Amino acid sequence: MSDLDLDEELRPSGRERMNRARGLRSGTLRWAWATLTSMRTALLLLLLLGVAAIPGSLLPQRPTNPFGVAQYLLDNPATGPWLDRLGFFNVFGSAWFAAIYLLLFVSLIGCIIPRCRAYYEALRAEPGALPRRLSRFPDHAGGTTAAGAADVLDGAERHLLAAGYRVRREPAGLSAEKGYAREAGNLVFHLSLILVLVGLAWGSLFGYRGTAIVVEGQAFSNTLTQYDEFSAGIGFRPEHLPAFTVALDAFEVRFELGPVQRGAARMFRADVTVTRPGQTPRQQVLEVNAPLSVDGTDVHLLGHGYAPVVTIRDGNGDVAYAGPVVFLPTDGNFTSSGVIKAPDARPERLAFEGIFLPSAVIDDQGMRSVFPDAWNPQLLVNAWSGPPKQETGAPENIYVLDRTGLTQLLRPDGQPVRASLEPGATYDLPDGRGSITFDGLRRWTKLRSRPPLAAGSCWPACCWRSPGCRCR
Amino acid sequence: MTAYYSSLAMVTAAVLYLVAVVLHSLEWATARGADPDEPRSRREEQFGRWGLSVTIVAVVVHVLGVVLRGVAAERAPWGNMYEFVTSSLAMAMTIYLIGVFAFGLKGFGLPVTLLASIGLGLAVTVFYVEVAPLMPALHSVWFIIHIIAAALAGAIFNIGGIAAALYLLKVRAERRGRTTGYLARLPASDRLDQISYRMHAFAFPLWTFTVAAGAIWAQYAWGRFWGWDPKETWSLVTWIIYAAYLHARATAGWKGTRAAVLALIGLASFWWNFVGVNLLLSGLHSYAGI
Ligand code: HEM
Repeated sequence: MSDLDLDEELRPSGRERMNRARGLRSGTLRWAWATLTSMRTALLLLLLLGVAAIPGSLLPQRPTNPFGVAQYLLDNPATGPWLDRLGFFNVFGSAWFAAIYLLLFVSLIGCIIPRCRAYYEALRAEPGALPRRLSRFPDHAGGTTAAGAADVLDGAERHLLAAGYRVRREPAGLSAEKGYAREAGNLVFHLSLILVLVGLAWGSLFGYRGTAIVVEGQAFSNTLTQYDEFSAGIGFRPEHLPAFTVALDAFEVRFELGPVQRGAARMFRADVTVTRPGQTPRQQVLEVNAPLSVDGTDVHLLGHGYAPVVTIRDGNGDVAYAGPVVFLPTDGNFTSSGVIKAPDARPERLAFEGIFLPSAVIDDQGMRSVFPDAWNPQLLVNAWSGPPKQETGAPENIYVLDRTGLTQLLRPDGQPVRASLEPGATYDLPDGRGSITFDGLRRWTKLRSRPPLAAGSCWPACCWRSPGCRCR
Repeated sequence: MTAYYSSLAMVTAAVLYLVAVVLHSLEWATARGADPDEPRSRREEQFGRWGLSVTIVAVVVHVLGVVLRGVAAERAPWGNMYEFVTSSLAMAMTIYLIGVFAFGLKGFGLPVTLLASIGLGLAVTVFYVEVAPLMPALHSVWFIIHIIAAALAGAIFNIGGIAAALYLLKVRAERRGRTTGYLARLPASDRLDQISYRMHAFAFPLWTFTVAAGAIWAQYAWGRFWGWDPKETWSLVTWIIYAAYLHARATAGWKGTRAAVLALIGLASFWWNFVGVNLLLSGLHSYAGI
């Protein structure tokens, strides 16, 4: 795959030799191989790959935007399911996308290896023998001089060598050629593409990546169960995860206050304490472009948000839940949503769906947040109750309220309960069912860890970025 | 204050480019129907020279505007769309001027100044934002490396694309027989093809470097090399089209016209990645800041 005139002469012989080496005697097979490794096929496959990638950027993709896909399916009931069946919502993980790039790389390898060999041989060979008649060349020029033949040849040789030619000297004259550096550049470029692919394949086999949300004052240990999301190649073993703990002591974020880009993030800084078995804990700072490196694992700061701290008392007056609850941001001003569950509340279990507004104002659009920092925090909740549920141990999505078996609590006037709490405020649920107190606020950060050198899982196995990520 | 002078310089440069467009149009208008064998008329030469002179002044003012912007922001001036367009166009115009004197970009004046006046005009009207500090994700040396490569590659792709477009015009005229006027003044189609190829062959490794540097930065900032973010996807698509262009020139049946069309599709993809993806598709790569 190059633009060098050299190819046309070098390649057929190279391929010929290779075919013989591989024993590709059968005509069809040889034809198929020759077609696959021809530059025209590579060119078409290359263009096809480009075209195939486009829908992946225009349609919502399941790994990165599952909500977008669901919404698209709702909006397009006729075409959506067809696109889904054809893999258009996971283009980069689809079989046809893989088929194109695998074929392309087979074509590339089939094309580049014989060329490397041909290049090596051409380098070792001397420049071509002297032609009998110079007029054989399309471009030629003549002249006469009084100097001796040997002097002229010496001068010409020096001149050509200085100009970077390889020279072959014969008694009757000299021949020279150049143009190898470019072919070398081409080969290096193509070989490095193959290397990148091999690296990616290696990484997606043995690499892993996981994200975890850690609230201020809490810690994360590097074990499988502590990750919120985790993906790994088939070669990965959980024992590969080095044992360490990252505690989030404080997270500081500053936003633009001026009129230009008001509200844009200006600084993130996480103060963490890293503990490794048998070692004294170490205090470190984690920032966006400065990941932590712990025992061969990189820990990145990926996003942040708010975790309102609440206390839920049940109908018996006991504390049924107390602590921070992670809310996920839904817009640039960190309007966040979350679910507070108190399954242990008695006589009835309690649950709340909440909206958290860090800088709440009330205007004609209703109540909303106008700035990402916590200037006027407000927690809005509605409330649900139901008979206690049998503990099944099945994993439950902590961001979604499963309403089966629950009924929404109503105020005496028949309207649903809608409490608006500022820090320190308590709302008593109707009919003595308990209360909810908004004690205060903590921030959380989203951390991502992965081995730094495993390039992997990024080619088709792509990244699982989740909604709610705001560190850009 | 510095920021104000920077904006003033940009607006002045945009107007000067427009004046250069007018002068080059007059140059070609006077050349209309002219026989290629006859020497250029005095009027034609004069308009051409004026056009070039105004362009030189415009480029000086433009580069000054970019530098002042950097001084005002106290960082490299390419943290948002406005800054990226103005910086990249300043590079393109500098390369054009070097090209005029070093390897005869004869006849490129009109399309190049047209590009600059439209681009800079859009920048100062639509994309303009006040000086502001960077977001945390941009605090990195890669901010300089990645974007300077992107801006430079983009600048050269644009000049190369103009060469490809002129090549298509010239080939069509040559096929029809005698060329006159503007087209006759352009270099021969072979030469245009060669200029276009050299530009692309130079910019392509730079673009490869841009994408690779972006991937390395993404590993630092976001903990993954590649996540099929729209900007990443379209950088790859652009890369693929340009790779196809370079290969097409060596493949029988794809030489010449088809290759030139690929170069133009590549340029369209580059622009889309810059304007469309920044404004219409959302992803991690949202620094457009309009
Ligand atoms: C695989 C990763 C990446 C790729 C392929 C990539 C690609 C590109 C491309 C093609 C441009 C050129 C301008 C354009 O067309 O818009 C660009 C510009 C830019 N990139 Fe990246 N990039 C990557 C990662 C990053 C990262 C990690 C950051 C910062 C955290 C970043 C910040 C920027 C900025 C600030 C610009 C210029 C401003 C603008 O687009 O308005 N890039 N990138």
